[in-house]
Amino acid sequence: MGAFKKMELAVGVFVALGLAAFFMLAMKVSNIAELGEDKGYKVTARFENIGGLKVRAPVTLAGVRIGRVVGIGLDTHTYEAVVTLSIEPRYDRLPTDSSASILTSGVLGEQYVGLEPGGMDEYLKNGGALKLTQSALVLEKLIGRMLTNAVSGDNPPAKTP
Amino acid sequence: MPMPNTPFSRSDPPDPPPLITVRGLTFYRGDRAIFRDVDLDIQRGKVTAIMGPSGAGKTTLLRLIGGQIRPHAGRIEVDGACVHELGRRELYQLRKRMSMLFQSGALFTDLSVFDNVAFPLREHTRLSEALIRILVLMKLEAVGLRGARDLMPSELSGGMARRAALARSIALDPMMIMYDEPFSGQDPITMGVLIKLIRTLNDALGLTSIIVSHDVKETASIADYIYLLSEGSIVDHGSPQTLERSRSAWVEQFLHALPDGPMSFHYPAAAYAQDLSLAQEPSP
Amino acid sequence: MIDGLRRLGRSTLFWLNRLGRATLFLLRLLSALPTLAKRPSLAIRQLYSVGVLSLPIIAMSGLFVGMVLGLQGYANLVDFGATSSLGRVVALSLARELGPVLAALLYAARAGSALTAEIGLMKTTEQLSAMQMMAVDPFARVYAPRFVAGIIAMPLLAGIFTAVGILGGYFVAVQQLGVDSGAFWSQMQSTVKLFDDVINGVVIKSVVFGWVANWIAVFEGYDAIPTSEGISLATTRTVVNTSLVVLAVDFVLTALFFGV
Repeated sequence: MGAFKKMELAVGVFVALGLAAFFMLAMKVSNIAELGEDKGYKVTARFENIGGLKVRAPVTLAGVRIGRVVGIGLDTHTYEAVVTLSIEPRYDRLPTDSSASILTSGVLGEQYVGLEPGGMDEYLKNGGALKLTQSALVLEKLIGRMLTNAVSGDNPPAKTP
Repeated sequence: MPMPNTPFSRSDPPDPPPLITVRGLTFYRGDRAIFRDVDLDIQRGKVTAIMGPSGAGKTTLLRLIGGQIRPHAGRIEVDGACVHELGRRELYQLRKRMSMLFQSGALFTDLSVFDNVAFPLREHTRLSEALIRILVLMKLEAVGLRGARDLMPSELSGGMARRAALARSIALDPMMIMYDEPFSGQDPITMGVLIKLIRTLNDALGLTSIIVSHDVKETASIADYIYLLSEGSIVDHGSPQTLERSRSAWVEQFLHALPDGPMSFHYPAAAYAQDLSLAQEPSP
Repeated sequence: MIDGLRRLGRSTLFWLNRLGRATLFLLRLLSALPTLAKRPSLAIRQLYSVGVLSLPIIAMSGLFVGMVLGLQGYANLVDFGATSSLGRVVALSLARELGPVLAALLYAARAGSALTAEIGLMKTTEQLSAMQMMAVDPFARVYAPRFVAGIIAMPLLAGIFTAVGILGGYFVAVQQLGVDSGAFWSQMQSTVKLFDDVINGVVIKSVVFGWVANWIAVFEGYDAIPTSEGISLATTRTVVNTSLVVLAVDFVLTALFFGV
């Protein structure tokens, strides 16, 4: 029976290790905090183009994560993308004239919403809207513009001689 | 006991009803008939031997009685119940009362001798560990292995393994034990021990024993009744004394281990082999 | 031509026959589960031999795979100046694919083959027959505990593999190659999703793999020809078939979970 006790102990350690592994995967590797009940207040922002922004993308201010994207929709009248942000309640002093831009973390990184605080004394509340927005940089458009600039800039000197 | 002289005669049973009755048993393996319309009775409280050359289907007979395989025709009744008509639950109930000693012993290699003997008790009873310990030690004492209780099966000699398995098979106090080749491959001393054990256990516990064997001398020395099996049929049956006096050439050959006779030991290729050797030795 | 077709037909029938028997086997296995529920200690004993004993190989392999991922990922990402993404590269590859798949393949080799050989040997030495004659159902006593223990062990092993792998990647990336520790973890956290990657990737996949691997292992033992050659063939079949089926099922699951 002693052998069986030892075996039970080993199995117990094994199961505990397995659960610890999942605990680590949940807490340290994935972001379980995002799955918690959403207590943040909601703010909407309208963008001409959101590029590759996804639901659950982070919302940051000065590089600090303060919330996340909880909804992406399309306004069928203005053809603008309506992005709903959920901001953690402890960051409740965001001026109403703050601006939102869609940024990319690094070259290969994913897109996120970056906020720039404004200067007003009134603060954003649940259901508020961010008026100043800057759309995502769409790489193809940029390249296209660069090419047109290059063509129109190159042609005149080519003609002169 | 009446002296039977025809192989297929329905033996008329003596007073108490037999524990096992087999009627018209037919069993095929592939196209080959292992049994063709076999009848036999196993009397209660007796040691019955089923003997025959290797490959005569003796082990198959035990498996048929144990309900591990089904006959293609015929009936096998054990204690009034038709084995192959039982559902799994009833069959398992019946098996708790019958027990089988396999040729290899078939001890569970991951359990010690003690745990092997305790296995059926732990599976089928709700006895306390203390009580199980007493029962196991009693069974081990009966086979003389009380001192070997902590050994693992791999540490036992062949004869000890068989004795340990025997202790395990009497753990639940069954009504019968089937021995599959209990003597094969044993040295003379171990054989003597096993012979004595089978007989004493049978008489002391009031068991019914069936021994399947081709070790004529040893088996005949303890059997009350013998069935001789060859090529799917019962060639002869009777008490050892009766068979000893049998004038059948086949029985004579088998019991006295004569190298030649009506029974050729080289089953399918026999004629061919004899043909080849005709040049050297005169045919009988 | 005709001959080839006939051979094709014969092997198809052979495999269908085996599949049918394996399915019947599984059904009887499942019907023995209620009996097992009354005696969980049987499964604990098996959890020891398939789980605890597989732990060293799983942990070691996880560590090395994670370290290789760290090295390779770094070598490739450094050209784009994106080494800060290393954490997520390592974590996503491990959680979605390498963790569950490699753990299952190692499991087949370490535990599956042992299960087949053990059951095959029990069959050869008449232990299973003896058990039946003692009115003990091998399905409840032998097959089901092994099957269930294996299914419990598999996700735990896959989780350990993945976690150790990430630590191995962290060790190489942060300790050896100088990737920023904060970037490593935060990039990982911002991309790895608990449901999409950890639950679907590690847990669901490895439970399915565990089911497949243990079903094959136990069935091959049950179905083995009771000779030493038969057991060796059955053991080989367990490893080969489990590997193939796990990889095929992985493709289906990946398409289901992560496909577009």
